[in-house]
Amino acid sequence: MNIVEKILARASGKSQVAPDDVVFAKVDKVMVHDVSGPGVIKVFDKLKNKGVDVSKLWDPTKVWVAEDHFVPSAEKISAENIVKLSNFTKNYGIEKHFKYGMGQYGICHTLSHEEAMVMPGDVYVGGDSHTNTTGALGAFACGLGHTDIAYVLLNGQIWFKVPETDYFKLNGKLPDHVMAKDLILKIIGDIGTDGGNYRTMQFGGTGIDEMSVESRLTLCNMTTEAGAKNGIVEADQKVVDYLSSRGATNAKVFKGDDDAQYANVYEYEASEMEPLVAKPFSPENVAIVREAPSVELDKSYIGSCTGAKYEDLEAAAKILKGKTVKIRTEILPASISIYKRAMENGLLTIFLDAGVTVGPPTCGACCGAHMGVLAKNEICISTTNRNFPGRMGHVESETYLSSPMVAAASAVTGKITDPRDL
Amino acid sequence: MKGNVIKYERDNIDTDVIIPGQYLKVHDYAELATHAMEGLDPDFHSKVKEGDFILSGKNFGCGSSREHAPIALSHSGVKAVLALSFARIFYRNSVDGAFLLPIEIEEDAYNGISEGDEIDIDISKNEIKNLTKNQTYKMKPFSEIIGKIIDAGGLFNYKP
Repeated sequence: MNIVEKILARASGKSQVAPDDVVFAKVDKVMVHDVSGPGVIKVFDKLKNKGVDVSKLWDPTKVWVAEDHFVPSAEKISAENIVKLSNFTKNYGIEKHFKYGMGQYGICHTLSHEEAMVMPGDVYVGGDSHTNTTGALGAFACGLGHTDIAYVLLNGQIWFKVPETDYFKLNGKLPDHVMAKDLILKIIGDIGTDGGNYRTMQFGGTGIDEMSVESRLTLCNMTTEAGAKNGIVEADQKVVDYLSSRGATNAKVFKGDDDAQYANVYEYEASEMEPLVAKPFSPENVAIVREAPSVELDKSYIGSCTGAKYEDLEAAAKILKGKTVKIRTEILPASISIYKRAMENGLLTIFLDAGVTVGPPTCGACCGAHMGVLAKNEICISTTNRNFPGRMGHVESETYLSSPMVAAASAVTGKITDPRDL
Repeated sequence: MKGNVIKYERDNIDTDVIIPGQYLKVHDYAELATHAMEGLDPDFHSKVKEGDFILSGKNFGCGSSREHAPIALSHSGVKAVLALSFARIFYRNSVDGAFLLPIEIEEDAYNGISEGDEIDIDISKNEIKNLTKNQTYKMKPFSEIIGKIIDAGGLFNYKP
């Protein structure tokens, strides 16, 4: 069995599973945030009205909660959702609630790794589509809706159809100035936004072995944009070391069997990779940066679970050091822990000296909710994950998706720029 | 199940246009309905009627896991979405929450059915009748688990 089949077999109490089997898998960790949390509360209310007992969760120690989409609250309804969420965690005895304004908080997917919330081999579900991110730790990490999450919270398990797995093999180390974001854009451009639908996208090969855990997180994060059920990388010693540096001493190497089967294998040569962008209005609309349209940008955005991890900020800082931005540029570290490291290591000074505005962790503008949304006809280059119409603001605004290095280089020139040409 | 069709002849209708991100903070189902399809068709709310169906191309509902998307459509009166294919979370949310039926169709139904046509969906026969044009098309049958959850009326009523 491959790693996903092994995880789902273990979680469903079977010795063997195969693609298309339907299993009820026991869940090891579940996450809700300030959008899916109130959604789940609404489902609980409906169930209560029908006489279902919702007085207790199956296991509050396996649940954790993030405040990320609508913090800081821009209007009353968001503030009320945060209050609802706080009451919920208090009533149900959930201790792991990362609150805005109270120490460590941030984007849920970032906390999943920064806080070592998920272990290799876990079944981890979250009320957010980018839950796939955390598969980079060797877990089966899958996004679900409110009803499904409510079901997990009450029953501790959920149904899955065992997915077929496609294996994406990277041969060799990515060249300088080419990031994991470029690789995943390349893959989405090749297979399309439904190319991974219902499937697992697994990453491996020498290039992935060489890659940092944070880069692997970027790859798994955007498997969502290919429609995948989950993205995954086998947990090697790097993952174990990464998690133990964050206080989790029980993480173990976890891999598929030697005779693991994959539905398709795609190979990529690292040496052939170049910085890319996804043009409006789809993540599959991929172009080489040096061949991208010469548009006048209005904004550069370095933020989100996809593109504001520590490594992403470090990459942006390399480009921005000693330079001045030509367009409105915002950098929002994805968690307070990352924010603090960026401060301690001088990255924030580099950003501020370059003229960048540094904001608090939030999903805000990535999903067009608040904190810097785009006006009509504005054009943005962004380290985020989606560029559908209206995604980051006005329905007639445009977003180009890129790596942090490309977004930083473009901030300096005001045009879509290959960092090698700066 | 009879109703009239609202057709969007395109692929990849994503949840950001079904219910834009600014409304994710809203959990009042009736209010969400007033913003359904706002990112693509601002007239949707005024034209949709109870019992209508949406017809569209490939990968309907791609993007975010927001259950707001099937909720907004369902509370607008939409009973089923017919599409060449669906993104997985939208599909799952529609069925597990018993909001609407996601019906996978073939090219003949996609091309044959026009905006405003009255159709009759018969799940027991996996058949769609176009009453306006007097045509019949096959729908792809639901998988076993999906069929059982639909029959039960959602995941919470389903006994594994």
